[in-house]
Amino acid sequence: MLKYQSRELKATRLGFGETLVELGHENPDVVVLGGDVTGSVKTDLFMKAFPDRFLSVGVAEQDMMGTAAGLAVAGKIPFASTYGEFAVGRPFDQIRQSIAYSRLPVKICASHCGITVGPDGATHQSLEDIGLMRLLPHMTVATPCDYLETKKLVRASIGWKHPIYIRFFRDNTPVFTGESTRLEIGKADTLIEGTDLTIIACGLQVWEAILAEEVLASEGISVRLINMHTIKPLDNNIVLKAASETGAIVTAEDHQMQGGLGGAVAELLAQNIPTPQEFVAVRDTFGESGKGDELMRKYGIAKDDIVKAARRVLARKK
Amino acid sequence: MTKKPGVGEIQVIARQIRRDIIKMLMISKSGHSGGPLGLADIFASLYFDVLSIDPQNPRWEGRDYFFLSAGHLCPVWYATLARRGFIPIAELTTLRKINGRLQGHPAPPWTHGVPGAEIASGALGQGLSIAVGCALGLRLDKKPNRVYVLHGDGELDEGQIWEAIMTAGHHKVDKLIAIVDRNQCQIDNRTENVMELEPLVDKWKSFNWHVLECDGNDVAEFMQTVRQAQELKGKPSVIIAHTLMGKGVSFMEDDYRWHGVPPNEEQGKQALAELGPTPYGDFVEFDWERQPVEIGVK
Ligand SMILES: Cc1ncc(C[n+]2csc(CCOP(=O)(O)OP(=O)(O)O)c2C)c(N)n1
Repeated sequence: MLKYQSRELKATRLGFGETLVELGHENPDVVVLGGDVTGSVKTDLFMKAFPDRFLSVGVAEQDMMGTAAGLAVAGKIPFASTYGEFAVGRPFDQIRQSIAYSRLPVKICASHCGITVGPDGATHQSLEDIGLMRLLPHMTVATPCDYLETKKLVRASIGWKHPIYIRFFRDNTPVFTGESTRLEIGKADTLIEGTDLTIIACGLQVWEAILAEEVLASEGISVRLINMHTIKPLDNNIVLKAASETGAIVTAEDHQMQGGLGGAVAELLAQNIPTPQEFVAVRDTFGESGKGDELMRKYGIAKDDIVKAARRVLARKK
Repeated sequence: MTKKPGVGEIQVIARQIRRDIIKMLMISKSGHSGGPLGLADIFASLYFDVLSIDPQNPRWEGRDYFFLSAGHLCPVWYATLARRGFIPIAELTTLRKINGRLQGHPAPPWTHGVPGAEIASGALGQGLSIAVGCALGLRLDKKPNRVYVLHGDGELDEGQIWEAIMTAGHHKVDKLIAIVDRNQCQIDNRTENVMELEPLVDKWKSFNWHVLECDGNDVAEFMQTVRQAQELKGKPSVIIAHTLMGKGVSFMEDDYRWHGVPPNEEQGKQALAELGPTPYGDFVEFDWERQPVEIGVK
């Protein structure tokens, strides 16, 4: 039996757009920057509600990040939003110097991340963004697993004093987290308790992991499932506890294997409790056009890949 | 193609390319309509007259180099390449499908790329630098090849474009012809509402470029303007080609909301009716009940 149910399908990006409007009402300092993709990333909702606090910079992501930094210097709370690839890849140096090094609380909100952006193809599939953002000192990196969690994360980012990168997605995806569960940046959630191995997943892979757990449970395997919505700062305690109690780790993400969630977990474990770990991630390759679910299967990040990784890691467990 | 088609025939080819674009998008159910439709006349003119190219040998050394900087416009490019013999016409059914070559944004030659593609594009604003580099490289080798690059007008918002404009002006790269699809539309709104581009001609001029303007939906005028640009020496040339987004389909024309969406079945049927059939024939006939049979791709 599935331990969580999908109540409806709704896009994480919609959660972002709706929350921006709520925050706009609550806080007059909230400003939003638009990069000619406002309908896609759902900042059009804020633009309509607060036209004066919506600033169009055109298709100019480098300028967008610099302008956001300037707005933060002036005491505003800037949300800079575009597609993942263009929120990170294009303006990396602007983010590094003007936002991360200068330690300005800019909120970089990236939609259409990962391979599930599908038909647009490799140029639009950001599979390196977690790694790039995680490399930067001062930068917080978070990725919600459903619409509701996106709302909580965006809301929590308002009081967060550090620059933050929030990664979300285009597609309508299952909403399964609880209305009342509290979200704290940097504190992961254990969704399922278990003893044989731990799956640590982020973003859309959390739902895939829920599906995988059902298969594994039917084989008598007791799986612990952790939703790692904050990749940096990583919740070290929950990872180390899982490693010592279950002795086997699977990480799952819609991202390159190098530098992502799996890398963050491995760096921690290697220094503390070396533990067998299997990675469910894209393996050092660019994507291509196709439907999101087709691509998840072809590039090895779907439910079945998590199941296989779990069996592999159990075989390695001493 | 031993003899070049005349203006009248290129106009018919452009109309067929528009039909192809509509059908491709109806099958893929995802992709960009407006920009590609507006560019059919320019692409037909380039590939059936202007460019020195060999469909049998896309990497022929003597070729003119063509770069599509605004990669999202690729449906018009793919349809043109098919009509010109670079790829099988039947392959147009595979737009944006897994394991195919007609990627949502052009892939580079080593992977899923179509013959005729020199490089990947899709992230806006990178093509002019590449075209400048290519032209500089050819010049170092004293080669006569020309370099063409096509941009959207919204794409000009990107800072790198202006860095490249400066570089090309500085190095007097006169074998380079940039074409700007001045359809006044981008995603969020009309260009002047999103980010003011005017006075656009003066901007390029002040960066030391020859600037020409034309109606980009008029085949004869466009080809005439390119010939003029080819004669200009000492500086790079840009053609600001005024086009209509969605040209040829009444309900799409000049409407930025058609930037990135495909027509649904009903809209597609109406578009095809408005465009009218051509002697070339479509790459697929729908019975409107079933999806067309997918063909295999290398
Ligand atoms: C670096 C980058 N930022 C954003 C996008 C998303 N995007 C694709 S097309 C487009 C608008 C381009 O407008 P224009 O060049 O005028 O093309 P047209 O609307 O005429 O098709 C944008 C913002 C992108 N592809 N690349």
